[in-house]
Amino acid sequence: MTLDLKKDKRIRIIIGHYGSGKTEFAVNYALALKKEMPKVALCDLDIVNPYFRSREKASLLETDGITVISGAFGHQTNLDLPMLSPSILAPLQDDESQVILDVGGDAVGARVLARYTAYFKPGEYDMFCVINAYREQTQDLMGVISHIKNIEDTVGVKVTGLINNTHLLRETSAEDVMKGQALAVEVSKKLNIPIRYVSTLEKVTHQLPSDIEGDVFAIKMIMREDWM
Amino acid sequence: MAKVLMKGNEAIGAAAIKAGCKYFFGYPITPQNELPEYMSREMPKAGGVFLQAESEVAAINMVYGAAGAGARVMTSSSSPGIALKQEGITYIAGAELPCVIVNIVRGGPGLGGIQPAQSDYNQVTRGGGNGDYKLLVYAPANLQEMVDLMQEAFDAADFYRNPVMMVGDGMIGQMMEPIEFKDSVSRFELPEKDWATTGTKGQRKPNIINSLALDPAELEKHNHKLQKKYDAMKENEVRYETYNMENAEVVIVAYGTTSRIVRNAINDLKAQNINVGLIRPITLWPFPEKAFDEVPAACKSLLSVEMSMGQMVDDIKIASNGRWPVSFYGRAGGMIPTPEAVMEKVKELIGGAK
Repeated sequence: MTLDLKKDKRIRIIIGHYGSGKTEFAVNYALALKKEMPKVALCDLDIVNPYFRSREKASLLETDGITVISGAFGHQTNLDLPMLSPSILAPLQDDESQVILDVGGDAVGARVLARYTAYFKPGEYDMFCVINAYREQTQDLMGVISHIKNIEDTVGVKVTGLINNTHLLRETSAEDVMKGQALAVEVSKKLNIPIRYVSTLEKVTHQLPSDIEGDVFAIKMIMREDWM
Repeated sequence: MAKVLMKGNEAIGAAAIKAGCKYFFGYPITPQNELPEYMSREMPKAGGVFLQAESEVAAINMVYGAAGAGARVMTSSSSPGIALKQEGITYIAGAELPCVIVNIVRGGPGLGGIQPAQSDYNQVTRGGGNGDYKLLVYAPANLQEMVDLMQEAFDAADFYRNPVMMVGDGMIGQMMEPIEFKDSVSRFELPEKDWATTGTKGQRKPNIINSLALDPAELEKHNHKLQKKYDAMKENEVRYETYNMENAEVVIVAYGTTSRIVRNAINDLKAQNINVGLIRPITLWPFPEKAFDEVPAACKSLLSVEMSMGQMVDDIKIASNGRWPVSFYGRAGGMIPTPEAVMEKVKELIGGAK
């Protein structure tokens, strides 16, 4: 399987319902993108929830040469404050930088993006909505659409791609992914937004049909410790 | 019913509503905020009431009031917030009222931090409030178990007319897991709440909800009555799980998230020919003393593994009654033990690797 992440716009915004797997996707995407491009920055914009954020894996990402930007006082500061680092502007303003914005869950988490909308010019950004059909509020068409609309209204820019990341953690089967795919196809048709990726565990990718809509993206569970 | 992926805090809310909880009073604190958030959204749909109180003290006293009126009621908080609720909790225990209190534990002491910990062991098992009272304390290790125990928690609270505490470390509140909501049948036969203050309608004497008794003889009698209830809980409500106890050289005692880390360590040690058992208390009070009868006589040591500084060690010593030495390994302040560190500690106890 070959991915071509260069096809995506320089600024990639990852949004979705919390628990959809945004952060897991963002971290895996950053590592894959670094293999294709020299300068990659991952900005952890999650100021809603102090658990399971991409900054927890900062050292792993930094070892790979990825720039990780999180709170103004560094990755380890567990202040329960809505605090952003001014350094986020650096990769956004640097045309050489590939940027991934890992955003907090729901419209509440996405609100922070509104501060950066000046950088999200049509054709120069991608905003990917991560969908997990096993999450309580995004199990059906109306649920997903309402999530997308709420987030779009909050941020002020449009979603450009869907990511079917339907999963039940390690229990995920190809059947689960296809259940989510059916939903993603429905959303895609209704909103006229393409399915950009189908992301799932490596072992499951081999069981998916070859004509599935969207590029298949094999992910590793990086955020979840082995004992969990 | 099909599985859904839920966050611990949301799952607690969903399970409570399913168990018939109609009132939720709370005050925000990390890492349990998704629970009141969920309740604020879902409780009205279930015909119940969500109210964000002005403080933890106010919230627990609202629980006191609703419980006195016979309602199924719940509150939730995290460690320092639970400390604030202690006055209300002892009043509720004294007045013999049922309620469920959720504690998603974070590091302490004081305001501490917001990362997971188990350092409320003493707070939840030793009271915290004044007087001779006990809480029935559940400490599930995964979200499915927590959801399954929620019905039990409300039923036991009603049956014993006593507050019940559901304890999860921050990890349990924050982690996502697939959950199935099963229909369960209550194992309790629950009597009418004829003691509740629901209005006399001129037909009976007023019911009185109170924890003040100025006559010492009366208060002593009340204490004996409470004690009888706690004895019945000790007899009937102990829950635990044991794992890999046969020929165990070391038996680890661990609950909640920590027990999962330990289980991984046990499996890895097994591959290295080192046999280690696990006692996992599901009720922290009553503590599963009987479980220690399963420990092999030749066991070299018991080992308490905690996300606290050895708070469970005393209970292990009492339960094991000098039969084996008791050791401790723990992390604190929001740090999580690794399976590797647990394995190291076990090897140290048995005198090196094999």
